[in-house]
Amino acid sequence: MTKKKAQKKTKAKKSKVTKKKKTTKKTSSVKKTVKGLDFVYDPAPESKAVVHIQNKYDHFIAGKFVAPNSGKYMKSINPATEEVLTKHAVGDEKDVDRAVKAARVAYEGVWSKMPAEERGRYLYRIARILQERSREFAVAETLDGGKPIKESRDVDIPLAAAHFFYYAGWADKLEYAFPGKSVRSIGVCGQIIPWNFPLLMAAWKLAPALAAGNCVVLKPAEQTSLTAMLLAEVLQEAELPDGVVNIVTGEGPTGAALVAHPDVNKIAFTGSTDIGKLIAKNVAHTTKKLTLELGGKSANIVYEDAAIDQAVEGVVNGIYFNQGHVCCAGSRLLLEESIAKDFLKKLQKRMKTIRVGDPLDKNTDLGAINHKEQWEKIKTLVDQGKEEGGDFYQAECKLPSKGYFFSPCYFAKQSGSSLISRLEIFGPVLSVSTFRTPDEAITKANDTPYGLAAGIWSEKGSKIHKTANGLKAGVIWANTYNKFDPTSPFGGFFESGYGREGGLHGLLPYLEVK
Amino acid sequence: MPSVSIKVPGGSRITIPHYPVDMVGAGERASSFTKRSIKKESKLDALYLAITMTDLTTLEGADTPGKVKQLCGKAISPVPAHYLQEIKRLAPDKKIRPIPSVAAICVYPEMVPIARKCLEGSGVELASVATAFPAGQLSLDLKLKDVARAIKFGATEIDMVIDRGAFLRGDYQKVFDEIVAVKDICEDRAHLKVILETGELKTLDNVRFASTMAMEAGADFIKTSTGKVTPAATMPVTLVMLQAIWDYYQQTGKKIGMKPAGGIRTAKQAVHYLVMVNEVLGADWLHPKMFRFGASSLLNDLLRQIFKQYTGQYYYQDIFSLD
Repeated sequence: MTKKKAQKKTKAKKSKVTKKKKTTKKTSSVKKTVKGLDFVYDPAPESKAVVHIQNKYDHFIAGKFVAPNSGKYMKSINPATEEVLTKHAVGDEKDVDRAVKAARVAYEGVWSKMPAEERGRYLYRIARILQERSREFAVAETLDGGKPIKESRDVDIPLAAAHFFYYAGWADKLEYAFPGKSVRSIGVCGQIIPWNFPLLMAAWKLAPALAAGNCVVLKPAEQTSLTAMLLAEVLQEAELPDGVVNIVTGEGPTGAALVAHPDVNKIAFTGSTDIGKLIAKNVAHTTKKLTLELGGKSANIVYEDAAIDQAVEGVVNGIYFNQGHVCCAGSRLLLEESIAKDFLKKLQKRMKTIRVGDPLDKNTDLGAINHKEQWEKIKTLVDQGKEEGGDFYQAECKLPSKGYFFSPCYFAKQSGSSLISRLEIFGPVLSVSTFRTPDEAITKANDTPYGLAAGIWSEKGSKIHKTANGLKAGVIWANTYNKFDPTSPFGGFFESGYGREGGLHGLLPYLEVK
Repeated sequence: MPSVSIKVPGGSRITIPHYPVDMVGAGERASSFTKRSIKKESKLDALYLAITMTDLTTLEGADTPGKVKQLCGKAISPVPAHYLQEIKRLAPDKKIRPIPSVAAICVYPEMVPIARKCLEGSGVELASVATAFPAGQLSLDLKLKDVARAIKFGATEIDMVIDRGAFLRGDYQKVFDEIVAVKDICEDRAHLKVILETGELKTLDNVRFASTMAMEAGADFIKTSTGKVTPAATMPVTLVMLQAIWDYYQQTGKKIGMKPAGGIRTAKQAVHYLVMVNEVLGADWLHPKMFRFGASSLLNDLLRQIFKQYTGQYYYQDIFSLD
């Protein structure tokens, strides 16, 4: 189109620098700023009708739904609306005992004696039913935990099914898993599941345990027990023998009862470091095996020779995925000083496009904080962080009037000893610091009591390998973040726990290897 | 990757940064835009906008004045009158917006005089490919003649191709100089779109670097493809070009336009692209002055989907002319 004189009247620019540059340029291709479409996406909510949620759920013991001994039920809240979603049974010692006994009976009588190939077939069946009912599970997970439907649909549920598929394949190949050794199952496993990835974490624990020939008592998190109860329906549908998997819902004391039960041979726990330490103390005097997958304050290291636009994406995905409720979240961003300023500018721009809101809306990127206590904890920590100092940036997002929402934010230039730099916040809060050399990056990344994960961003392969070798973390991603696969082991160093889940290594905690 | 030093007219040198791009990450980001669910009014807005951004294109060896005239007719008024009447009948309660003209017609220089006549007073721009489109394998003076003729015939926009051979053998100065020379001819008379032919540049690193170079050399728009090479426009390639546009804007304050061309056939794809533009560059680029689709079959699908948005049903396909 021909350039009209009027078009050359450029909008007054705020920045001095741009002004100067513009006048020095010979070409006159500066166009008048046109006002384009204000592209507001209309709501695109996923239908709730696909999932039938009962008013209350009982325990699942020996293949049947049974009322709790205490007769008590606890409310389960939808964090996006603050409405009561359903009620779950509160388990006490007697319920746990009943479940452990059912698991023992199933283990001695059926599951440990069953040909391995047949065990595998049940796992395949569970995986297939999960896939068939994936939409229902995705909606349930989102209603219960506030995570965006996009994530429950594309990550949680498909990955949960993938874990069952993967370990189904191992069921009749265990003797090849550890060549030259003889392996056998352990017995009854107690598994305690966190609230951040309710179904997925259940799948991570159930699939290898069952493939290895164990029976299970599962205790889901009190905030997010819904998909575990739907899973119980799946287990019934798959005609899994009674008692092979038992689910007892409840709060801390229920979990404690499971940990303390004398007839449990192994405890697998995913959750906070504090509770993990408590469990470790409690099983210390027993013969129980234990694996712990705990917290983290994982570093995302961005070198100046990284592909910057993709690194920005990786940082956003690293910390704001699942509202930051990810044990391996890249909650500490380490930037090479030479690019820090430009990088943060790009990060801010990107954060503005993160859509916070109704988790059921297919366009939501950041859903509701999982529950009220966590929301309050995040708020308190961020307030304290602001008092401690540093540059605080929070994307301006329109938040729904109801529900526990928190806009994505970061702190930069805060002290390395500040709580924002050191504590696991488990929310959409990023801590940013800078480094000058690769050695300093490694030192800073390792400067934490945790050691779960890390990300390295560079287009230089040798630098990636050298850095990875120096990092004390169980999972290291290069030029990506938060990638999960059933074939890959996952777990931490130090206060992030011990034991591995996923892959061949994920079988070990559920086997005696002779 | 090292930056490249380029001599600019007047004798001084500029440094063009060669930023690396991670292919996997760019691909993931690009596909994230396809997961946006655009519904109701927002969808209708996008469909209408896409029409106004379309460069309706015919670039065939078989092009004739007859074919170009037909295309011009379609560009000015894309639908027959009974299309809107049918919408009104089926959706009497809805406020129905008239169907706009497309942004431009895109033809070979030889067809410009014909198109010029047909488009007179319509507001539809007239774009012409030039510089020995699509290969660009000709001497510079002939390329410039090609451009000058197209402008003389009445083209208001020039879609030039870069010399990919020179680019791939590392003769960036030649690529740069050619764009500068074409820009000198276009200057105030025609708007310059620079086609990178990303399907031949292959890597996203190359795409990114070529984008920056084209903008430094004076492009008003950067464009992915000629449509003669597969793959033509893709989401990851377009994303990388949009990000280059953003960085250039940050450094110079200049807003450069973007045109993906070839391979965008459905309304759904077009909406994905608009979502991407919205989230990478923002509202300022959601305007035909800043963003174009180089396409031909896209238009009919946009019209079909607009019909569907209003009425909840599809019109029989034959209603739309195949021009």
